Amino acid sequence: MQLITAQALLGLNVGVFYAMLSLGLAVIFGLLNIINFAHGAMYMLGAFVALIGYSYLEQWFGISLQIGFWGSLIMAPLVVGLLGIIIERTMLKRLANLDHIYGLLLTFGITLILQGLFANYFNVSGTPYPGQPEVLSGVLNLGFMYFPTYRMFAIVFSLVVCFATWYVIEHTRLGSRLRAGVENPQLTQAFGLNVPLMVTLTFGFGAALAGLAGVLAAPIYSVSPLMGADLIIVVFAVVVIGGMGSIMGAILTGLALGLVEGMTKVFYPPAANTVIFFLMVLVLLFRPAGLFGKEQ
Amino acid sequence: MPPENARELLKIENLHAWYGESHILHGMELTVHEGEVITLLGRNGSGRSTTLKAILGLVGKRTGSIRVNGTELINLPTHQIARVGKLGYCPEERGIYASLNVDENLVLPPVVAEDGMSVDEIYQMFPNLRERRKSQGSKLSGGEQQMLAIARILRTGATLLLLDEITEGLAPVILKSLNDVILKLRGKGYTIILVEQNFHFAAPLADRHYVIEHGRVVLQIAADELEAKQDELNRHLSV
Ligand SMILES: Nc1ncnc2c1ncn2[C@@H]1O[C@H](COP(=O)(O)OP(=O)(O)O)[C@@H](O)[C@H]1O
Ligand SMILES: [Mg+2]
Repeated sequence: MQLITAQALLGLNVGVFYAMLSLGLAVIFGLLNIINFAHGAMYMLGAFVALIGYSYLEQWFGISLQIGFWGSLIMAPLVVGLLGIIIERTMLKRLANLDHIYGLLLTFGITLILQGLFANYFNVSGTPYPGQPEVLSGVLNLGFMYFPTYRMFAIVFSLVVCFATWYVIEHTRLGSRLRAGVENPQLTQAFGLNVPLMVTLTFGFGAALAGLAGVLAAPIYSVSPLMGADLIIVVFAVVVIGGMGSIMGAILTGLALGLVEGMTKVFYPPAANTVIFFLMVLVLLFRPAGLFGKEQ
Repeated sequence: MPPENARELLKIENLHAWYGESHILHGMELTVHEGEVITLLGRNGSGRSTTLKAILGLVGKRTGSIRVNGTELINLPTHQIARVGKLGYCPEERGIYASLNVDENLVLPPVVAEDGMSVDEIYQMFPNLRERRKSQGSKLSGGEQQMLAIARILRTGATLLLLDEITEGLAPVILKSLNDVILKLRGKGYTIILVEQNFHFAAPLADRHYVIEHGRVVLQIAADELEAKQDELNRHLSV
């Protein structure tokens, strides 16, 4: 029983990463109609901003400054979000009226460039992030079991971020403007809202979410140029299962599939890495628009 | 009828507009005084909706001059036009957002000037909408959608209203309340451009009528000349 609960929590821990990344993808897809392949690279970049900020600022740039974990939680989303904004403004914008495939190819290219860049300076097999704060080390006594404090923090923090994002999009004035901009960009502009700016900022926000997930992942997994490439494939499967375009759908599917993966580890370990893809095939066969997607 | 010496609020000169390669407006000329209600009449495809869209920058390309209160709008990006010109736009297809509920639709357009109507005042004017506050835009009837499309630009403080075919496809009883709404707005001093197919609806409401053909004005009729020019008007509108 303890084993199952422990695996469930570990699964949930993986699930919050799936949720945060597929949420970012869904937000970007919903508003820009772009499948952002570079999302994994932005996650990787977030982790590297944390790592570099902690260990390399002095050595590389001669700045005697160390950005700790908490600082990185703010810095990394800002840096990655800014990069996202630059990419959107200078490149993606030009593809606005073309088929999805062009955006996918462009962001795939960006992914290869970013990965190559970091592979040049960092070990592909990973560098541990030493900056996990003292207060989050050790284990937490949950009464019925012990669980690593940091992982519990990552779960709660990510859940808060995910549901806050959902709330803003579905229940605030800003969110209704974003939804209006998606539904009828022309009219929304005519009312006096700057839709292109909203689109750019939203892309930046989606990228920032990936960067934030990267920082959260850094103390758990080692930081590697390929960490995003491995994860993004699974996240795309999550998105296919959940269906593009639904914010809550992306969050719930991410969490659920993390749990499914965790449980599979208990009951049939060999399938743990493939169970999500198996589910993806089933969904594609029986509900091609995804669990939360709208059938056309 | 506004006073003789009312200010020119909107002045359009030599306006040309294109959708891609197709040249739709060919030197449109239009003057609307403060507090006036005018109509754009014409056959389907004559360029009435395009005139409104050209004012808002919703066409591919436009040249010429569009001044509101003396301020030139022709080179402004679309998202600044409503604010600079204090314009409110009600598109032909109504443009109610299906994914937003009535309240959200109502408060979506940003305020462009002070002295707009409050949400409460608007719901007093459109009591049916109040009952449906939480309904999704997609669940509204045609009449409700139309009322909402007008209501939401009253909140913004816009003083120049561009209303495109607001009577299209609506039942007589709803036309009656639309008529009341336009009369009330007129009384409050709004300046209104009505694009209308339904001449019987528009005739008693408007101070002047412009007849559009092939993207330019071919006839201008003041309300008191209607009787005298009825034949000429019929000739232009008959299909
Ligand atoms: N989005 C568009 N793209 C290309 N042509 C258009 C578009 N909208 C309207 N048109 C053309 O412009 C002309 C004028 O249309 P419109 O202004 O809608 O006429 P009206 O409102 O007077 O019925 C028509 O010939 C129509 O086919
Ligand atoms: Mg029309």
